[in-house]
Amino acid sequence: MSAVDRRTLLKGVAATGAVAATGISLPAHGRVAKAVPPDAVGLLYDTTLCIGCKACVVACREANDKKPDTRLSGGLWDMPADLNGQTKNVIKLYKDADSPERSYFKAQCLHCVDPACVGACMIGALQKREFGIVTYDPFFCSGCRYCQMVCPFEIPKFEWEKLAPKIVKCELCNHRLKEGKEPGCTEVCPRHAVVYGKREDLLAEAKRRIAENPKKYKGQKAGDPPKVYGETEGGGTQCLYLSHVPFEKLGLPDLSSEPVPHVAQTVQHGIYQGFVAPVALYAVLGAVVFRNRRKQDAASGETDGPAGGAE
Amino acid sequence: MSRYAHLHAPVGGPLWSRPFRILVVVFVFCALFFVYRFAAGLGASTALNDGYPWGIWIAFDVVVGTALGCGGYAVALLVYILNKGTYHPLVRPALLTSALGYTMASIAIHFDVGRPWLLYRIPLFPAHWNFNSALFEVALCVMTYVAVLWLELSPAFMEKWSQGPAGFLRRTSEKAAPIVDKAMPWLIALGLLLPTMHQSSLGTVMLLTGQKLHPLWNTPLLPLLFLVSCLGMGYAVVVFESALSSGILGRRRETPMLASLAGVMVPVLAVFTLVRFVDLGLRGRLGLLGTFDLYTGMFVLETVLFLAPAFMLLSPKARNDAGNLFRASMIMILAGSVYRLDAYIVAFRPGDRFSYFPSFAELMVTLGVVALEVILYVVIVKYFPILSAPGAEAPARTARA
Ligand code: SF4
Ligand code: SF4
Ligand code: SF4
Repeated sequence: MSAVDRRTLLKGVAATGAVAATGISLPAHGRVAKAVPPDAVGLLYDTTLCIGCKACVVACREANDKKPDTRLSGGLWDMPADLNGQTKNVIKLYKDADSPERSYFKAQCLHCVDPACVGACMIGALQKREFGIVTYDPFFCSGCRYCQMVCPFEIPKFEWEKLAPKIVKCELCNHRLKEGKEPGCTEVCPRHAVVYGKREDLLAEAKRRIAENPKKYKGQKAGDPPKVYGETEGGGTQCLYLSHVPFEKLGLPDLSSEPVPHVAQTVQHGIYQGFVAPVALYAVLGAVVFRNRRKQDAASGETDGPAGGAE
Repeated sequence: MSRYAHLHAPVGGPLWSRPFRILVVVFVFCALFFVYRFAAGLGASTALNDGYPWGIWIAFDVVVGTALGCGGYAVALLVYILNKGTYHPLVRPALLTSALGYTMASIAIHFDVGRPWLLYRIPLFPAHWNFNSALFEVALCVMTYVAVLWLELSPAFMEKWSQGPAGFLRRTSEKAAPIVDKAMPWLIALGLLLPTMHQSSLGTVMLLTGQKLHPLWNTPLLPLLFLVSCLGMGYAVVVFESALSSGILGRRRETPMLASLAGVMVPVLAVFTLVRFVDLGLRGRLGLLGTFDLYTGMFVLETVLFLAPAFMLLSPKARNDAGNLFRASMIMILAGSVYRLDAYIVAFRPGDRFSYFPSFAELMVTLGVVALEVILYVVIVKYFPILSAPGAEAPARTARA
């Protein structure tokens, strides 16, 4: 006789699966997308103005006490290949292989309105704080690198060569803002290609520039209408971009307006809303185990109590 | 005294057999890389990078490793919830593999994170707990589950110690045994709840990577798929391990019992594949399978690996064939492992400028962790009553299920 009744088992699997499935079937538990903080600040970078002088890269190093990255230049001059464990800001050059199309691109944290990295971090080493700035506190960071896994822009970097490595990313120079100064990068930019300000002002300015020169600016893909990258992408970002080449060529991903952490957290909240499901499941499991054991004891006529389990 | 004490017996015999000595040598060699990892840092010892911050230490040691440690969960689910008492003799060995698997995963985490000493801030700062983070939930659950597993297994140790020489171990065992006994139903329930939570959350963890995870893997049903796959792997490990111990350690073959266990794997495997395809279909992603690339290749491979054991175990006759059973469970383990490695590494696409293949040191650390697990397994089954006693039968009263 096969001791397993398939139907019973299917029921069992369905019962355990149901807990996971509630996350999908209960839209009532869906999470509310975060709104732009009223005091949100940010950067606006416009590729049409940038001349690739990299003054901002140097200024960022000085503002954040980061040594020049001379690994690529054989120890001669600062030449970071990308953002890395000692570089929070980098100017990259995009060049099209078969057309004269080219553009500079400034990479730094975009300070998402609803940041995936903050949702990921286990005990809040990364947090969205005053002015909506996404800050990092190494006191709570175990170096798990989940933030790196989830950032859609590949921003957080890790000090791989250190023995007590930290995460490194732009914190919008919040230590300078506190002193009433502006970020290092915007302060030195000779062309005002990158400017600092309140997000709503920056957004209005960006839209004004597009309206003034609709031919000059591009959208996500070639042929798309011009847009301000970061207005809605991935739930919106506080650092915004304008570009004269399609954003996808600059490496900015095509994100919908749904916040990046939306699906995962809806599922997570659905399952763990108020911890009701786990507690209920525990109570049910406990009761069933208890009852089944009692039944067995009764059936066997044993008298030594509801004894041991690991047999 | 536990009521099924007579069902289990230590294997006994000399410990330092030849395979065991080889195992220890392998472990000692790998342990050099444990040291190297901490002396040289992650950058020098691993192939990890800013694009692929997670490699095999997470994907294999933790994500696959804990699923392989789901034998205890899978069998306990049958025995205690569906009340299939027939499986009793299998619970203890399954619990041991689970306890070791989860313990090893916890050790592996310490190699992987950059600042392992700060992991201990997690339990200390409840005000900072981020309940939005699936990884946090996994961390907390796994920490607790390791403790629960060893407690669930503790009667096996206490049985032995309470018959040993008078002393600390004997006194403690005699005192603790009745307490553990009383708490057992609630421990068992916790042992069922925690894996349900964190095995599904291991799926949610990758859901947060959004577009970076290939659409064939990225679905809101990831938690369900991870849960179902860990059950399949759990059963397979029990079958595999039992067949192995009867082969190597000369224990009585448990084929009839394993055969019915294998019957359980069939619907589990079918559910997994069905859910996957229905989900892809409903969300209009089946068309992705039309292009041939690495991703569709891996997806097809996974599907074949999941369905093959289901077909191999379809008939009761095939399930009673020990060799067939062993092969099917090996494929099942492979299927779940490939699925998990794909979801964590292969289908994760941080961009063309990054690539990852594990470094030698990474592989050695993983091998070392596995070797340690096997060493501990052998030592424990030799000295403690874990495996079913030769000649012991499942008690008649429980066979009614
Ligand atoms: S860009 Fe990345 S690192 Fe910066 S806030 Fe957004 S998710 Fe976090
Ligand atoms: S690496 Fe640090 S900052 Fe990033 S998620 Fe892990 S604990 Fe948080
Ligand atoms: S805001 Fe500060 S940290 Fe961020 S890129 Fe500019 S200078 Fe660097």
